[in-house]
Amino acid sequence: MEKIPILKMGQFLLVTIQIDLYDRLALNLEADLVQMVSKTGARGVLIDISAVSIVDSFMGRIIGNIASMSKIMDAETVVVGMQPAVAITLIELGLPLTGVHTALDVEKGMALLRKKILVDGEEDDVDDDGADYGSE
Amino acid sequence: MEKRTMSMTTGPITVLNKDKMPVVKEQDVVPFRNRVKEYATKIGMGLVNQTKLITAASELVRNMLRYGNGGETLIEVVSKGRENGIRLTFTDKGPGIPNIDQAMKDGFSTGKSLGLGLPGTKRLVSEFDIKSIVGQGTTVVVTKWKNG
Amino acid sequence: MKIEISKMLQKKKKQIIDLWMKNQMADATLRDDLISNEDLRSQSEELVDALLKKLTDENLTNIDSADFDDVYEILGGISITRARQGFSPRETGTYIFSLKDALLTILQQEIKNDPAQLYEATLKVSKLIDSFGIVTFETFIKGREEVILRQTSEITEISTPVIRVWDGILALPIIGTLDSARTQVVMENLLQEIVNTGSSIAILDISGVPAVDSLVAQHLIKTVSATRLMGAECIISGIRPEIAQTVVHLGIDLSNVITKATLASALKHAYSILQLEVRKKQLAQNSSKTN
Repeated sequence: MEKIPILKMGQFLLVTIQIDLYDRLALNLEADLVQMVSKTGARGVLIDISAVSIVDSFMGRIIGNIASMSKIMDAETVVVGMQPAVAITLIELGLPLTGVHTALDVEKGMALLRKKILVDGEEDDVDDDGADYGSE
Repeated sequence: MEKRTMSMTTGPITVLNKDKMPVVKEQDVVPFRNRVKEYATKIGMGLVNQTKLITAASELVRNMLRYGNGGETLIEVVSKGRENGIRLTFTDKGPGIPNIDQAMKDGFSTGKSLGLGLPGTKRLVSEFDIKSIVGQGTTVVVTKWKNG
Repeated sequence: MKIEISKMLQKKKKQIIDLWMKNQMADATLRDDLISNEDLRSQSEELVDALLKKLTDENLTNIDSADFDDVYEILGGISITRARQGFSPRETGTYIFSLKDALLTILQQEIKNDPAQLYEATLKVSKLIDSFGIVTFETFIKGREEVILRQTSEITEISTPVIRVWDGILALPIIGTLDSARTQVVMENLLQEIVNTGSSIAILDISGVPAVDSLVAQHLIKTVSATRLMGAECIISGIRPEIAQTVVHLGIDLSNVITKATLASALKHAYSILQLEVRKKQLAQNSSKTN
């Protein structure tokens, strides 16, 4: 069975979807990610869908689910790199993915996640990767 | 006489190519989507319209698997006047839809989806037709014109 | 004795062409500025050739016969070329109908002793050429329609420029009515440019949009939502007082969209999102004081 790898980067989880998803695979990703958030205590989830050419209502729902589930486990979710054609299709389909943060690319997504956590006002997080802030 | 009808967008639809594909399990979905993409690319459909068509196909094929226990798909390259397009037919022998009007309303769903399956799908394609007989099955035919 | 019209005409091919050319040359609608006489002659010859080669007494009365496919193809070609070259429909029509004159003159010469047969033959040939005339007209319109379609797509293309106003800020001035086809183009251009430039803010300026009804507003909201899905922010600027009035009267909800009255204020807002600041340069006097 194919599996989508989840990478841990500091306090974030990084998922890069490189293949077209079918429903089972998407459901597994949802389950795996939530498990990983819990296991690692990650504060942010970054899903890179720049290689995904199709997002239908099912996958849109999975993305929404991941965001909501992570949120109640105190982690923010950012979806990055959505293709223009995919964005237009989702809007036409009536799925604006409200509640999911988005960013243009992984770098901007990371910056957004850091900002979100900072806004939460947890000082200790700033110390963890303070070096990164300097580069922004 | 057809040949001499010079009007561009009206007139009869001609089928240029036919391709049948059964979809009975979830693993058939990705190959089916790829096949649709192949044909759409072949007739020179733009990326956005392609994406809309394949997304619509994905929705309909899921419905067919979930509510109709799978079925048969038909991919056709069609032309009407000067416009080329792809026509997809989804036929299942499932329980059928008792109230189509209700199923076509935004926000209605019998399964555990978002309930925007059919109306959302309709917005993605140029032409949408659904026929269903309770106890016999459902047939959905969608057409996406190259520039539509 | 029954005369075979097709055979007779085939024998007279040379005369038909000569006569037709003569008719054309004499006609006031001759456009030697658009087509040289040599080209016109070879064009006419090709058509007469194709017609006489396929013509039989059977298909003479059957204008839909597949035998004439070649003829219709040549006719179509001539008509489309003429449409592009700028011939008027009347000129193209006259071109075909003057062939009828030539054919009928020949018929008259050949069957002058039998009025009944002449009448019958005239009627048949007239019908055939009339049908040719209709085909040229249809093709002519088709040719023009193609020109219009091409121009429409060019207009849509050039009327939606995406301007890079600052590093990370795009502006898209929309001029003219925003229908669904146009929205599609606007969206595609804008989103693609967002990807290409990595811009995180897009300003949609609608000061050039004459009216905003609920449909246009829906298109705008769609564009904003799609931009957000990509991970960029979209500001709508150029909201004129009339537009603000209609939007509220129609009960359109734009509360989820950042709207600004002018492009300038939208740009200012974009700067603040990007944490940029535009400041007036301090005068040398001032700076010397402070330093």
